[in-house]
Amino acid sequence: MIQGITIYHFLIVSTLMFFIGVMGFIIRQNLITILLSIELILNSVVINFLVFNRFLYPDQLQGHFFGLFIVGVAAAEASVAIALIINIYRRIQNIDTDEVNEMKF
Amino acid sequence: MTLNLLMFYLLSAVILGFSVMTITTGKMLRAAVYLLFVLVATAGLYFLLNYEFLAAVQLTLYAGGIVVLIIFSILLTSHISQRFERPSAWKLWIGAITLIGGSTTVLWVLLSSHFEKAATVTELPVDMHVIGEQLLGTGKNGYVLPFELISILLLAAMIVAIVIAKKEKNQN
Repeated sequence: MIQGITIYHFLIVSTLMFFIGVMGFIIRQNLITILLSIELILNSVVINFLVFNRFLYPDQLQGHFFGLFIVGVAAAEASVAIALIINIYRRIQNIDTDEVNEMKF
Repeated sequence: MTLNLLMFYLLSAVILGFSVMTITTGKMLRAAVYLLFVLVATAGLYFLLNYEFLAAVQLTLYAGGIVVLIIFSILLTSHISQRFERPSAWKLWIGAITLIGGSTTVLWVLLSSHFEKAATVTELPVDMHVIGEQLLGTGKNGYVLPFELISILLLAAMIVAIVIAKKEKNQN
């Protein structure tokens, strides 16, 4: 238990961060900024895992390892997404979502 | 107010403020740098929770790896001084409604629920010895299977990234 801070403090911060990420996902038009919003969402989820681990089950490390694996999956996802974005840019010189609406041309 | 709480408020203010700036700023490179600040402050929260190893992983892998990768791709795909046009009004409305509606729903459920810790648990010290034994353990509390899975996943991601981003040879 951490002195002075309750579980609600952390959960409120991570909830707000999650929905800010969702809002960014909706209002952005550039593929890379959408990727940035996804990173925000993933980070808020990792905070949740760690907080539940620390406050409710401090005798095990499940949330800690989930967080570790989420960070690894996020790295893999970012690298593949950026490879796709660069390939799209090479083909049509643009990475706005409004322009990328045909799968084959 | 304890120093703990003060530090928590500082870190969460940095996280929320820079999150908002990440999704609203007009310049793309700035958005990436604001995301870097968010990730560093999140690592600070992990330190506050006494998970030093994960905080170090967050700093090196996220802040050092992914953000640099994103900045590279920004520089490859767009001009530094390029500004976004503002999002259309109906997109802003949908986003704002999602933000307000979703967060009030979740916060309402959150604040009306009660979290209870099991009374008799003893706190496990999270040091490198425990983490290493559990990460590579096969018995109870062993995580060697996801560990191996993620190594295969990373290999696959690396191959996919190379294959997708490779320049195509000129067909004659």
